[in-house]
Amino acid sequence: MKPAQFEYDDPQTEDEALDLLARHGDDCKVIAGGQSLVPLMNFRLARPARLIDINRIDSLSYIRREEGRLVIGAMARHTHLEHAEEVAQGWPLLTEAVGWVGHAQIRNRGTIGGSVAHADPAAELPAAFAALDAKFQLRSKRGSRTVSWDEFFVSEFTTALAPDELVAAVEVPALDPGTGTAFVEYARRHGDFALGGAAAIVKLGRDGRCERATIALLSAGPAPVRAKAAEQQLRGAKLDDSSIRAASAEAVRGLRPTSDLHGSTEYRIGLLRTMTERALTKAAQRAASSTS
Amino acid sequence: MSRRIAVEINGRAVEGEVEPRLLLADFIRDNAGLTGTHLGCEHGVCGACTVQLDGHPVRSCLMFAVQAHGHRIATVEGMAPGDSSLHPLQQAFHECHALQCGFCTPGILMTMEAFLREEPDPTSERIRSALAGNLCRCTGYQNIITAVRLAADRLQNKGEAAVEAS
Repeated sequence: MKPAQFEYDDPQTEDEALDLLARHGDDCKVIAGGQSLVPLMNFRLARPARLIDINRIDSLSYIRREEGRLVIGAMARHTHLEHAEEVAQGWPLLTEAVGWVGHAQIRNRGTIGGSVAHADPAAELPAAFAALDAKFQLRSKRGSRTVSWDEFFVSEFTTALAPDELVAAVEVPALDPGTGTAFVEYARRHGDFALGGAAAIVKLGRDGRCERATIALLSAGPAPVRAKAAEQQLRGAKLDDSSIRAASAEAVRGLRPTSDLHGSTEYRIGLLRTMTERALTKAAQRAASSTS
Repeated sequence: MSRRIAVEINGRAVEGEVEPRLLLADFIRDNAGLTGTHLGCEHGVCGACTVQLDGHPVRSCLMFAVQAHGHRIATVEGMAPGDSSLHPLQQAFHECHALQCGFCTPGILMTMEAFLREEPDPTSERIRSALAGNLCRCTGYQNIITAVRLAADRLQNKGEAAVEAS
């Protein structure tokens, strides 16, 4: 058998899961889709003493609109997000981003809560949630709290989640009309983690100038990166090749993505700049066609 | 501490007493005796162990057998309608030389059967994209794409295909 021994619980309700987390906290690991955790366990890089399997908790598996926001339950699978009509209508950035996650077999099992809690800096959804200013609902026996994406993602594979807490849901605010979004990434093979990628949201004003731009980068640092200075630079600007090029250069200024055998730091910076240009250009085109 | 589980594999009820750490792939091969499901990388990259869980392709090396309790599993052994006939996908793979060593084939068949149910008339570009989660080191993929396309044609025109075959 590949993984080391562990104790196993499969609670049927959220309360039971929170009880177990309160009792076992530090020694246990929550398993949702398991598409990142099980490989680590098969390699014995992770050897949790106990697994709390939340797959049987139906109340965590939903995607719905609440007061204009999109609320995604932790156990919603990537496939659900990919095919949800209201997501494609209201939050097309998420539909586009989730299509880049692994392969269909992985998306059939992988969950939104799991992606968030795993906090891989090369993952698509954390970057998309950063661009969308998402918040995460965390629950424990002690109570609930809602934290913003930038409080939540601390570093690579590290989040603000306490040992007894569970990611219960992701809240995504609505986008204004006249907004265009785009998600692009580059990987050597389809389905691999991206060497670099960018999510962009652009809102155009009546005069065709940029009213608001948002840029989030993946594989750019230990956590998703928001390029605030570049966003600021685009506010009020006319979006053309030269303003987009300048903002993309600004977006990667100061970044030091880790050099490895897949790409040097310099290569990755260049790639991130190009991904930002493409994401901004696409988002601007989509914003223009939605307003015209 | 082991647990008693009951699953349905290819329409047959299978029960077992398993340790929580037993992978679904190992349960299918060792406990249920269905060795058509192959294990390649055992960390979710190669796709050889792909089976269908409640009709959807998943990696059986990235699930524990206990998690499959109460669920329906389909493996390559359940595809052919009888001993002397093949599923249209299998038949097309056979005719188009879409396999050489055959190690990756069961995983590819389980992936493509579900894909063609969702997209009965895919372009070769879509087939390539759907195939991306299954590695094959022999064929170079060209014949697999041809075979999937052929199977798609035959599945869409079931009547005509039957006439052609006779």
